[in-house]
Order: sequence, then structure tokens, then C-alpha cells
Amino acid sequence: MKTRTGKMKKTADILEKIMNFIFTVCGFMAVAFVLIITIFLVISGTPAIAEIGITDFLFGTKWASTAAEPSFGILPFILSSVYGTFGAILIGVPLGILCAVFIAKIAGKKISSIVSGAVNLMSGIPSVVYGFLGMILIVPTVREVFRLPDGANLFSAIIVLAIMILPSVISVSETAIRSVPREYEEASLALGATKTETIFKVTLPAAKSGILASVVLGIGRAIGEAMAVMMVAGNVANMPGIFKSVRFLTTAVASEMSYSSGLQRQALFSVALVLFVFILGINLILNLVVKKERK
Amino acid sequence: MESGILNMLKGKNKKSKGLIMIMKTTKIFGAAILSAIMAIVTMTGCGKTSQKTVSTDGSTSMEKVIGYLSEAYMEKNSDVKVTYNPTGSGSGIQAVQEGRCNIGLASRNLKDEEKADLNETVIAIDGIAVIVNPDNPVSDLTMDQIAKVYTGEIDNWSEIGGKDLPIVCIGREAASGTRDGFESITGTSEKCKYAQELTSTGDVVQTVSSNPNAIGYASLASVNDSVKTMSVEGIMPSDETILSGEYKIQRNFVFVTKKDEELTGSAKDFFDFCMSSEADEYIRKAGAVPIAK
Repeated sequence: MKTRTGKMKKTADILEKIMNFIFTVCGFMAVAFVLIITIFLVISGTPAIAEIGITDFLFGTKWASTAAEPSFGILPFILSSVYGTFGAILIGVPLGILCAVFIAKIAGKKISSIVSGAVNLMSGIPSVVYGFLGMILIVPTVREVFRLPDGANLFSAIIVLAIMILPSVISVSETAIRSVPREYEEASLALGATKTETIFKVTLPAAKSGILASVVLGIGRAIGEAMAVMMVAGNVANMPGIFKSVRFLTTAVASEMSYSSGLQRQALFSVALVLFVFILGINLILNLVVKKERK
Repeated sequence: MESGILNMLKGKNKKSKGLIMIMKTTKIFGAAILSAIMAIVTMTGCGKTSQKTVSTDGSTSMEKVIGYLSEAYMEKNSDVKVTYNPTGSGSGIQAVQEGRCNIGLASRNLKDEEKADLNETVIAIDGIAVIVNPDNPVSDLTMDQIAKVYTGEIDNWSEIGGKDLPIVCIGREAASGTRDGFESITGTSEKCKYAQELTSTGDVVQTVSSNPNAIGYASLASVNDSVKTMSVEGIMPSDETILSGEYKIQRNFVFVTKKDEELTGSAKDFFDFCMSSEADEYIRKAGAVPIAK
């Protein structure tokens, strides 16, 4: 076969164009989804905020959506979500980073592959399973250990969330730690620093923006979790306290959406909008962190 | 955001398997959220009547009953589809009025103004059991005591003959039919001080069975051996005591139809099936008490 005939070339060109089109469409699909979700949430979330009043909505402390005189204050949800996420980060991040150090630096090849395999598996476990375990194990344990009347509270939710963010924190930190140039560590060791000193004074600081990214990813995961939280947090719209039954932004939507109506339904969309704004903010922060690193 | 981290780390390390895993899961989450939204959007419309479709709409408490009945009915009439839209008693009644479905489902009797243009037919009675942990020595409560416990006036088991332990009130989420039934029968609407608001009957039973301080309520059918069922005013809930009305915490499951528009075709056939003694078995399976025929 010497050269392609004109006809064959033409067909190939057309095919090329069609595929190009398909690739482009698929490429913009993600953008389209994000846009659709944003527009949908803004359109369906704003009427209730307008009707209730933005200050009453965001800073009201009482949520009674089905009462004869309903009140829609979501401050308890916002604070519960923030406290819960913060608590989960406080517990989960140190654990996760140390685990990542173990996988990347301490453990031998065989053990490290077992541990990271387990971590990957952990990220695949459905959240309802975490919630179920929390309900069966953590809630009764919290009740007994702290001598409380009931164990379904913010503390139990924090524990469950801390476990759930571990996989994200571990895998991203591990990648960051592994990408620290070997020479840095070798130089430190050659200067007489011990392995531990090297890890804490050289490796971790060098990997800090990757680790920071893992923290932000963990925050995103924790604030967006609904199912597991719903099963262990008690779901009463209280202002948060560590041993109080609380309702998160996510669970507020999930527990009432299925059969809500009228203003209640609209208000739930508004709650979802607030949650969306939170997650948007977290993503922006993550982008900033990553950009800073690139420079 | 994931691609950002990925790019950042790619230059330094080729083995970012874990990260790719995260990216994948994040994307799956995105898809799940979208499909959930779509589901919500489609759910808002009640199935429009077409041939060979019987649409029901209303009480979420009746989900099990209507589920068993429609399954049994469809097994015998494979050309008919019975749909159920769980919107709540109020919405169901409204849906019938507006002609958006054939049969409205309500877990309460119709109000007088609703009776003007609607018919109600009781198909079953639901008993709501009050349950406590098996370790709890208390076995009987009066209606008054139940109300006081749930409103927080009584907060220790010793006040009603139990051990010196705090009372933990377990309930359902605000939109639940069981909660609505329980609160309206005990006169505690909007006054209950819950320690937990759970989203399913199973969760309530599970929580009560694992906490010696807890008290909860659930449809009689869903109660199992892991919890203790209380007698109310000295009467244990059972088919007989519920039918006779002796057991107080009970409510009717009602089919709502239009007065000026008789059911026809499959809708009428399904209605008649649910009212026949043949349906008793399925109503019992669903945990409600069939009315005497």
C-alpha cells in the first residue's frame, strides 16, 4: 500500500472530526454538571431565604419546620457542621499524617503495601457502613465511658468522621511525603540527625503544602458526609455541645427532604445552598494552596 | 480541585495511585449528587392516571401496607401497575382533590371540611407501640405519664417506678407519619423533647435495644424481641385490643377517594381487593390490623 486514496483519507478526516467533537462534548460535561447544579441550587434555594429573611435564616437558633408556626433558623446546623468537621480534623489529621509517614518512610515494602492496600479499601467502604458501626459500637461506648444518658451526640459524630476522613488524608499526605526529594533527607541524615528528627524537621515541612491539601480534602469530606452522621449524631436541632444531640447541614436536608412540602421544602434547598457555598469555599482554599505550591 | 493537586504532585512523583483513587470517588460522588437531584425533581410529580395504572399518593406510614397490597395485587394482575408516592397524609388528600391520583392515603381520619367532597374508607388500623430496653423494670405507663415523659416533665425512670436513671426519649424525624400519629394521640405535638430524632423505625428499635435509659415508639409490626413493649393504661397492644379500641395509641389507615367521581377500571378493582378479606393477610404482614369484615 503506497498512499491512501483520497476517499479513505476523507473518511478518516470525518471520523477524526466526529471523535474530536465527542471528546469536546465529554470534556465540557463536567463543567455543564457543575453549572447545572449551581444554577439549580441558587434558583431553588433563594426564594426561602428571601421569604424567611437572610439574618433570621442564617442566625436564627430555632428550627421547627413542621410546627404550626414554623421557624427556620439554621445556625444550629451551621455550627454543628463546623464543630463536627473541626473536631474530625483535630483527631483525623495527626493520625492520618503519622500513618502516611509510616507507609512512606518507616515500613518495609511488604508491610507498606499491606497498609496502603487497607487504606484504599477503607476509602471504598460505603458511609452507611461507617454509620452502622458507629451506631452499634461507638454510640454505646461513648455513653458508657462518659456516663451519659445517651451516646448519640456530636462527640460520636466526630469520632466517626475522623475515621472516615483518614483515607483521603493518608493517601494525599503519603504522595506528598514520597515526593520529597531524597537528597533533602540524605543531607539531614548525613549531618547526624536521627530518622525521627529528619521526618519531623525535614520531610514533613518539605511536604507541607501537599499535607495541607490533604487536610482541606478531609474537611470537604467531613462537611459533606450525611449518612454516617445521621446514624450517630442524634439529629435534634440543638445548638451544638460536645455531648448534645446535634443535626448537621447535610442531615438536616437528608432527614426531612423525602416528604417535605411548601416553605419547608424550599428552606431545605436553602440549607443545601448554604452547604454548597461552604464546599465551594473549601475548594477555593484548596486551589489557592495548590497554586501557591506550584510557584 | 483534584486535578490541581494531581498536577502539583505529578511532576515529583509518578506513583500517585492513591490520589487517582480519591479523584475517582469524588467524581462518583458528583454523579450521585446529580442523580439524587434528578430523582427529587421527578419525584415531585404524582403519577398521572393512565390506563392500567393505579396511582396512590399520601401517608408515609402506610408505605408497608400499600407495598404489600400492591405487590400482591400486581402478582395476580400483571397488566396493572400500582404506583405509590410517599408524600404524607396532607399531600395525599390534596392530590385526590386535585385529581392527581386515584386513591389518596391518609393515616388519619378526614377533617370535616375535607369530607365535603371526599370519601374515607378505613382499610386498616395501626397500633403504635411504646418500647423500652428489656432491662427496664417499668412495664406499664398511662397516657398522661407518656405525655409527661416526652415533654420532659418526667425525666427520671424512678419517678414512674423504675431505676434511678435518666430517661432518653427517642423519636422520629419531624415529617414522619409515626411521629405525627404518636404526638397527636398523646397530645404532645410540637412539645416533645427528643434526645434523638431517627429516620427509620428500625433505627428506633435498634437504639432502644442498646440503651437501658431509652424509650421510643414504633409501629407495632416493626417491634421485635430486642425491645420490651409497654402496656398502656394496663392494656398490651395486640390485634384484639387495637380492633376493640381498648389500646389507646392507634390510628386509622384510610383510603381517600372523590365523592363525585366513582373509581373505575383497575382503580376500583384494586380498591375492592384491598377491602376484601383476601387482603387481610397482607395487611397483617405489613404490621397493621385489618378491620373486621
